[in-house]
Order: sequence, then C-alpha cells, then structure tokens
Amino acid sequence: MIPFTYARATDVADAVRRGGAEAARYLGGGTNLVDLMRETIERPDILVDVTGLSHAITERDDGGLLIGAATSNTALAEHRAVRTRYPALSRAIVAGASAQIRNMATVGGNLLQRTRCAYFYDEAGAHCNKRHPGDGCDAMDGFNRMHAILGASPSCVSVHPSDMCVALAMLDAQVHLEAPASTRRLPLTELHRLPGDRPDVETHLAPGELITAIELPAASLAVRSTYRKVRDRASYAFALVSVAAALEVEEGRVKEVRIALGGVAHKPWRAWTAEAALLGQPATEASFAAAAQAELAAARPLKDNGFKIELARRTMVAVLGELAGEAV
Amino acid sequence: MTISVNGVEAMLPSDPRVSLLDLLREQLGLSGTKKGCDQGACGACTVLVDGERILSCLALAVQYDGRSVTTIEGLGTAECPHPLQSAFIAHDGFQCGYCTPGQICSAMGMIEEVRRGTPSHVTSDITAEVIPFSRDEVRERMSGNLCRCGAHNGIVDAIATLLPEAAE
Amino acid sequence: MSIIEDTKQLVQGAVMAGMSKAIALAPDRWIPGGTPDPLISHRHGHIGRPTTRIDGPLKVAGAAPFAAEFPMEGMVYAALANSTIAKGRIVELDTRTAEEAPGVIAVMTHRNAPRLSPPPAFMSSPKAAGGDSLPVMQDASIHWNGEPVAVVIAQTQEQANHARSLVRVTYEAEPAITSLGAAKARGSRTAMFMGQPLHDEVGDADAALAASAVNVDASYSTPRHNHNAIELHGVTVAWQDGVLRIHDASQLVAHEAWTLAQMFGIDEDKVVVTSPFVGGGFGGKCLWQHQVLAAAASRMVGRPVRLVLSREDVYRLVGGRSNTEQRVALGADPDGRIKAIIHEGVTPKTAFNAMPEPFILPTRSAYASETIKLDVQAVELDMLSNTFMRAPGESVGTFALESALDELAHKLDMDPIELRIRNEPEKDPTNGLPFSSRHIVEAWRAGAERFGWSARKPASGTVRDGEWLVGMGCATATYPYYRMPGGAARITLTREGHATVDIAAHEMGMGTATTHTMVAAERLGLPLEAVTFNYGDSTLPGVVLAGGSQQTASIGASVIAAHRALVKELLKLAGNDSPLAGLKPDEVGGTDCGLCKLDDPALYESYASILGRAQRVSVCVEASPSAPMEIMHWSMHSHGAMFCEVRVHAVTGEVRVSRFLGSFDCGRILNPKTAGSQFRGGIIMGLGLALMEETRFDERSGRIVNPSLSEYHVPVHMDVPEIDVIWTDIPDPHAPMGARGIGEIGITGTAAAVANAVFNATGKRVRDLPITLDKLM
Repeated sequence: MIPFTYARATDVADAVRRGGAEAARYLGGGTNLVDLMRETIERPDILVDVTGLSHAITERDDGGLLIGAATSNTALAEHRAVRTRYPALSRAIVAGASAQIRNMATVGGNLLQRTRCAYFYDEAGAHCNKRHPGDGCDAMDGFNRMHAILGASPSCVSVHPSDMCVALAMLDAQVHLEAPASTRRLPLTELHRLPGDRPDVETHLAPGELITAIELPAASLAVRSTYRKVRDRASYAFALVSVAAALEVEEGRVKEVRIALGGVAHKPWRAWTAEAALLGQPATEASFAAAAQAELAAARPLKDNGFKIELARRTMVAVLGELAGEAV
Repeated sequence: MTISVNGVEAMLPSDPRVSLLDLLREQLGLSGTKKGCDQGACGACTVLVDGERILSCLALAVQYDGRSVTTIEGLGTAECPHPLQSAFIAHDGFQCGYCTPGQICSAMGMIEEVRRGTPSHVTSDITAEVIPFSRDEVRERMSGNLCRCGAHNGIVDAIATLLPEAAE
Repeated sequence: MSIIEDTKQLVQGAVMAGMSKAIALAPDRWIPGGTPDPLISHRHGHIGRPTTRIDGPLKVAGAAPFAAEFPMEGMVYAALANSTIAKGRIVELDTRTAEEAPGVIAVMTHRNAPRLSPPPAFMSSPKAAGGDSLPVMQDASIHWNGEPVAVVIAQTQEQANHARSLVRVTYEAEPAITSLGAAKARGSRTAMFMGQPLHDEVGDADAALAASAVNVDASYSTPRHNHNAIELHGVTVAWQDGVLRIHDASQLVAHEAWTLAQMFGIDEDKVVVTSPFVGGGFGGKCLWQHQVLAAAASRMVGRPVRLVLSREDVYRLVGGRSNTEQRVALGADPDGRIKAIIHEGVTPKTAFNAMPEPFILPTRSAYASETIKLDVQAVELDMLSNTFMRAPGESVGTFALESALDELAHKLDMDPIELRIRNEPEKDPTNGLPFSSRHIVEAWRAGAERFGWSARKPASGTVRDGEWLVGMGCATATYPYYRMPGGAARITLTREGHATVDIAAHEMGMGTATTHTMVAAERLGLPLEAVTFNYGDSTLPGVVLAGGSQQTASIGASVIAAHRALVKELLKLAGNDSPLAGLKPDEVGGTDCGLCKLDDPALYESYASILGRAQRVSVCVEASPSAPMEIMHWSMHSHGAMFCEVRVHAVTGEVRVSRFLGSFDCGRILNPKTAGSQFRGGIIMGLGLALMEETRFDERSGRIVNPSLSEYHVPVHMDVPEIDVIWTDIPDPHAPMGARGIGEIGITGTAAAVANAVFNATGKRVRDLPITLDKLM
C-alpha cells in the first residue's frame, strides 16, 4: 500500500467535500478496495470512510424501499421486507462471498467492486488495459474461462463480480448519487459501463460522486423472484453464470418478466431482449428457450469460456421454469 | 483513537495502512488470530467486532475506532477453554491448528446469525422467521473458513455440540 | 547439469540395484523388521486407543506459536520483489526510491547480498534440502518467472511492502521454454527418481495388449497443483553470537540446518532450526529461497528479520506438483484377467531439480499381469522447480490407472471391485518380492458392505433424484511404506520414572506429538503423562523427513533402537542383585514403570529401583536404527478401497460428492482419532484434486496466473460431505509397531473414485482433471 491519509466522513456533505479531492476514494467495508490497495492497483492519497453514513432501510410511501449505501450486505439480506418482497435480492447476496465479507461489505461498495480478472490483479506481471489503458490485455488469449461472453471489447473481456448487482439490475433499482453541486438518480442498469476502449472507466459516476442510497421500486412481481448462481465450488466462489429473474404468468402466458445475468459481462447484464421476446408468450420451456436463445445470439465465446453460452441458456430456462412452476 | 480488544483498551496505530490483523499480531502480541492469505480468501483472520464476525485482514484498524474486538484469546485459554474450544478438541476439529482460531471465532458469529434469522444460500424458505439448523446450514455458513488439513467433519461435529437443535 | 546429475543417480541406482538383489535374497532375520516389533502384540495399552491431541488446548486457544509469531528484540520486517520474466538477465535495478522510502533500512539485491554457495538440491546427498540447486540472489540471471530479485528490509511490514513496489527492474529476456508442447518438441528423457529410472518392463506388454481379447487405451491429464497450507511460509531469523537461529515452518529441520550451513559456509552446529508447530505442510514446507533470503538479510542489517511470504509469493517461490500427461492401456481376457498393463507419459521439471512427478509408482505393485510396461518421460521447462506434494506419483497416477480399470470393467460388463480382486497379485508383479502384508481384498469386502455398493446400478445415467443424476464409483488407493536412512533418537529416563524422547521430527497436524508419546509410553511401560516427546528442533538427534508417509516408521525404528540401548544400559545398571539379572535385552520389555521378562512378567524391577540402587538420577542413551533394508526385502504397501457417491446436476453439470468411504489396510492404526483425521484430510484433498484444484501456468509467460486462494479453489466446508473411514487394523509384521504411514494414502484413488462415480451418474468419462461442470454439460 502506498501511504495515504484517512478521514471519517461525518455526513454526506462532509464526505463529498473530502471525496472531491484528486486521488481520493470512498472507503466502505474495504473488502475489495483494501485488497486492491495492498496490490498497489488502487493508489489513493486520501481515503474517505463513509461507513458511518446512512445504513437505514426505510419504507417509502410508494411501497418501495430506500437502502442507505452504508448498509451491510448481511443487514440487507436478512431484512424482513427484502426477504419477503424481494427474495431474489436476499438470495443473490447470500450467494456471494462469505458471511464475514458480507458482514463487512456495504451496499454502496458492492456496486463498485472491481473485476476479479486474474490478469487485472497481477500488477507486476501482466498486461491490462483496465489498469493501464493501452497496455494490452493478457486475458484475451490467456486463461479466460471466467470471462465475458457479452458486451466485451477488444480492450477488455473481464466480468463484473457482484451477485447483488445482478438482482438489483433485475429489480429496476435506482442509485442515489450525491456530489457537491448535484443530486441525481441513475437506474442501476445505467451505473456500470461496458468496456469499449476505456475499460479503466467502469461506471458513469462523475469524479467524486458518492452513492448514498439504493432505491427499490414497489413491485408485486418481485415477490416471485429468485436468483440462481452456478460456480466451480459449492460455496465461496465467483459466478460462472448467474440468473436473477421475476415472472408473472396469467392464463398460461407471460404477463410480466424481468431477467438479469451475472458472470457474463463487464456489467450486470439486464436481459432486455429475452424479456421482450417473452412478453405475451406461453409460459413454456419452449418460449423460455427461445428467449434465452435470443438474448444470447450476441454472445461471443473466447478460448476457454464457450461453455458459458450454453450454461447461461440452460440456467435461464431452468430459473424461468422454476418461477413458472411456482406461478401456476 | 482507541479500540477495545478482549476488554482491554489499545491505541490505534498512527499508520492507517495497518490492518486490524497486523495490529493484533504484530503490535498487541495477539498472534492467535492468523494470517493465511491477507486478501479475504481464507477466513483464518476471523475475529468478532461487537459480536459480528469479520475478516481482520481486510479491515484497516483505524476504521474500528471505538469498537470492541474479541479474538480467540478473549474466548478462552488453554487452561480454561470456551465450550466450543473444548468441543474442537473432543471432535478433532483441526490438525495443524492454523485455521482453528478463525474457525472458532467464525462459528461463534455464525451461531448468533442463525439465531437472529439471517438466511443462507441453503436456506430453503428465506422468509421463515426461524431458520432450522442443519449440518448443511453449518457447512454453508462456515464456507468462508478454509481448512487445508481436511478437518471439516470434526469442525461441523464440534459446532453441532453447541446447537442442540442441530442434532439429527 | 542434468546429465551429470542423471549419471550420478544412475551410478547410485546401479549400486542400489545390486544391493537390492542381495537384500531381497537375504534371510528374513537379517533384515530390520525380520523379528516383529514386540509392541505389535500389546493389544490393550495406549496403542489403538483413540487419544486426544496433546497439543489441542494450545491450538484451540491460539496459543501454539507458529514460525512468524516468535517475538525478537529489535526485529525488522522484509518483503520481496519478484521477477516478471521467465529467463534472462537483470540489466537495470533501481532501488534508490525504495531505499529512500520511509522506514526502509536496506534493499538487498544480487549486488549486495552476502556471498552464498548454491543449495545442495534435495536427494543429491543425505541431508540436502534445496528445492533446487540454483544460487540464491547471487547474480543477475533469472531462471523463472517469479524469482526474487530484491528484498526490502524496513521497520514495519507496511513500510517494507510499500517500498517493494518502488523497486524498478529492467530485464533482458532470453528465449524461454514455458510450454509443455515446446519442451516436448525438444525431446524428453526417461525420468530418474530416487536414483532409479522410472521405467519398468515385464514381458512384452505391447504384444500382449494387441493380443488381448478386451482392451482399453486412453489418455489422461492432470494439472499443476499447489499445497496451499493455510499458514503462509514465514520465518523469524537472527544471528546470535555466530549462530543462525531460524524459527521456521519446516518438515525437515535437520536437513534445512545442514543445507543452510553449507550455503553460508559455517559449521552445521551454527545453524539452529526450530519448528514446534507447522501450519500445514503436505510437502510444501521445505527449504526454498525465503529462509535463505531472510537469513542473508538479517546478516546484512545485523538485526533479527521476519519474512512472511504473501500468498502470491508462496506460489512464486515454493514449488508445487507438476502437471502430467498419461496413457494407460490395459488388455484382458474375457474373464477379466489382465494380460497387459501399459502406463506411460510425460511430466515437466526443471534443469535444477531431481523431481519428476513419478506417476507410474502406484502401477508397479497394483495388479497381477504377465506383462507390464511403465515409463515416465521428463521434459525441462523454465519455471519454478516443482516438488513433492502429498502422494507424489500416486495421487495423480492412481487417477489414470484406476479410471482405466473402471473403463475396463465397463467394457467387460463386470463389477469393478470384482475385476480388481480377480487381478490381485500373489507377489509384487514388477520386482517379484513377497508382500510384507497385503489385505486389500478384506478392505474391499468390508468397504462394499458398509457403503452399500450392492445398490449401485451398473448402467450409467439411470439414477435420478430431481434435477440431480446420482452415481457410485470406486477405486483402489495405494501408497508404499518408506523408511529413510538417518533416523536417531535419544531417551532420557529419570529415577522418578519420567522419560524424555528427543528426535528431530515434525508435527504438522498429523498427530505425531500425540501418537509418539503414546508409542514411547507403551514401549517404556509408562503412563502418557510420564513421557515428554520433543521434536521440531534441528539440535535434536536424527535426520528425519516428515514426508513420504515415512516419519512414523523413522521415529518408530529410531525409538526402538534407542529403547534397546536403554534396556541394555538398565540391565547393566541393574546388575546381579536384580530379578532381571542375566537376562538379555531382547528378553525384556517395559511395563508398569519398569522392566520385566517378556515371557515371564513376574521377573520385574521398577526403573526407580534400578536407578536408585545404581545411585543414578537418570540414564540417557542415543541410538540409530539399522538401514531400511526391509523395503528391499519385502514389497511394502498400504492400500485402500475408496467408495464415492456423486450427484451431478442435470442442467448445469455441477458435481457434488454426497458420500465417501475409505476402507484402509495400512497395518496397525496407532491412534484411531488422529488417524481418522489423516485419512479424511487426504480424501478431502483428493476431492479438491478431482473437482477443482488447478494451478494455472500461463505458457506464454511462464507465470502462474492464479496465485491466490480465491482463484485456486480448495474444497470449502460446503464441498465436504460426511466422510466415513474404516480400516483392517492388521499389523504389518515387518514394520515398527506394525504400522505403515497414513499421511498420503487418502489422496490416492480418490480422484478416480469420483471420476468413476461421475461416469456411473452420467455416462460421461472425464479423463482430464479437474472435473469441472463444463466437461459434463
């Protein structure tokens, strides 16, 4: 770690004032940032600790939930309203990392996790456009079993590691942002970027902008939602592929559906194409398969990860089938 | 800037780079908390902060100003062990003993999480108020603590002794 | 270098081969173990009683001190910078910024490091411990991607880590061989292992294979593996009055002390290596560069130094298991009698070590066949030297062999257990030696009964439970009995009836401290609490390796020798006034805090009485056992029957092991409690080997890509089912205590049992480890 100064933000205004400095970074639970600092991949001069800011989960008048960004992942997963009304979110959170990490990690920090691409992590010995734009990408022709099948670019084939974000993308979550001169909201699906030729820029956040809360819209659909994660060991591993989905069936036909995929792209992947393909269709395996096929038509395999296309297709069909079964 | 460790006040380090783990091991002489990866991948450094289990290797010590930390040394001693420590011995829940303090601290935190209804990946009904204990619940919830000697069965057996409801 | 080494080994090998013949033909009574250890007949003492670890209270309280936990006055911290090319030279090394960073005391590089001799590589001489024979930070040359190029010494670990990132190195790369394909294209040579070529031929296996009514012929591969003990490699070192003191995590303290003395050019007794607790070894806690660098740095700055490797450093500095490409061909008659066994393949090593992964070892004594052809070809890569990892050879060799057996059984439409039993040999099929004790058939029968093997459906893919396909598989586990030369032990017996046993052995979690306290107490006729077992200190007698599952035999034989010397001394002291007067050492044994005549226990005198009358406070003896000729006189092997039930997800291909049973024949089990843990531990590492473990070596750069516990998967709690272990407990009459080692056998056979169960569940045969879900979709 390079030397830095540490400050604990007393409130949002204090945080964004401090966080606006060059080479300042907001510090949540530290579960990713501290690790990356130890690897000297992250080199902040100033750490602004925002874990003392809001960690309240409050009911909104419109039936939605407002979740303070400093809420721990565990607190969010175990909250009654989340478990009963947004089960996919609870399931996604407890599918990620380990209990100790979920106790430390904040909701805001989870959103800003960086990729676990092994070449990204090898500061001393590997080329990575995300660390150093223009440096090249060793993953492209290297070990890329874990890497992206959707939305990748010649610059970067890494994937976003979060489970929670996949559920939030599916649930149409909104991200509340604060900067010294602005307050705004962004749909979670528009928070993260695809890599393009600037994989080092991972979000649409302005410099110094702070995530203060996540808003979950009221949605009866979400009650029948779930999350399935496929990984290389039974627990404590990043997703090869994950699927968050919610489904409402009326008279045998898909009335409403939302699907997002994890482990497949540089951002949590909302499956808009599949959703559009399913609306009004019979809630059958054939429709699910056709929708999955449509979504994955754009998928491009790398040397080691071609299986992910078939795995994503099968997992989507299985998850939708499970939800349809419950819906009947 | 102080932190309470096993009930004793300690000064926080002036260098904010010092992790809670290194504060314990190198500055306070509490080497019962172990370093197995220093990157949040093995669980050997698990301690309890205000009763909740965390990884001390990913925790900057300065972040824990005013908090109360319990390490393995605070749970019991070789002469006067905590019942869970005794259960680990009785069930041979370790071999080399290196991951053991982390396993034990983690189990302490885990038991509280289940009692307050935190769901896990293997909880079938996550809306349930009370989560039934099972060996799979223990396994899933302890999966953040690696053991390379392969004492997994003994660890689960030891933890189960503290959970009468887990007896199958 | 390699050719000279090979020639040296060949000469040694020829001498060994000649000796072996003579030893094979010698009468049993001339051989150690020719007369069974009298302890074998003790059936109601400490041995065989489940005994709780004596170091348990310290370990569960976090009070057992590991290597990086010894405080030292004025201690400073070190951190390493490692190379990023596989081969070449350092042309620029800028350490100025690092040296000027806060807290930095010095930066050691090849330019200013103390001059050191290269390490004698392991197996190049009796006490050699080097993981390779390369000089350590002595010149600008680079030999592997990850080789240390600088050591930063600073007041705090944080400062050292920071300054490490400020060291700037420019390299001139040279063409490096970093892919197996390129290495093979340059040619291979028959691998040498412990002085002998890894090549055996009995009859004409190719012809017999061609003539066989039924045959299978397939290729298998296994990836690189790392030990991944949870304790990071770390040392705390100091030079005190000319003595180099090293608190280390070591499985060869005496070898390490001697080797470091050679490197630093000092007397062997000027190096003291202690290692009271080792946080997991598995072959990985031997001598690598970090101990040398820490000692050199400490000498350079004149202060005690603590060097704890990062997890990434462990992968870059400490070798792991090499990958293998294997072919197994089996020919059989229609009744399932094997007529031909061919097991051959290739594995990479370096030019600087003597360790080809010897995957044919388990096949040498496995099955009766009139023809056998075994061969390991080694190729050389520019990489970190590979090394021993739990059951080198057998772990990955049994995957190929026992998978092929299953394929043959399937082709013959025969039960795979019956196929194995039908081909049970009467003597060792390659060297013709009699077996010392072989009860694998009993292990198979007992295991099959307990596991419920009869419920298995022979047809693949026919059992389904919801979304899961269920299957059962089995395989034979095997590991040889070894005993290496160099053992020695000291026993000090006091008039109060307390014995101290001193031996430079190791406790890495195997239960050594507990089990050998039991054995010594039994041999001496003392209660457990009257025995202190000291180990983990290079100043103690013996050159004992905790490896090859041989430590129990080595300690056992050493303590037998020391005990015999003790009895002799006590009989002398007892004199003519003792009830034992006139008895020979072989006629008496320890019982009830004294000695008695073995076949007439009424002739007895207590230690207190003997020493009291002799006016002695204590008696101290030290002795070494005779050379381990028993391994050349008998074919000595342990076995296990491994049973696995798997569930394979029909949609995703995820594999979960739902049940596992190991039924072992390992001689007498000394402490069932710790032995059960050793068996389970091996099996669990075998589950990792089967399903997830892989060190990813980037063949473009020669660099390990996943040097972390998040990217290198070892089994987590959720991957581990209840594991059942049983054993025959039939003593090996030719092994000390009747016991053969048990540390490694659990990992053998396990991967094949899993793969065979996966085939039974799905009809898919996976021949390339690990069995990840993409191979089953």
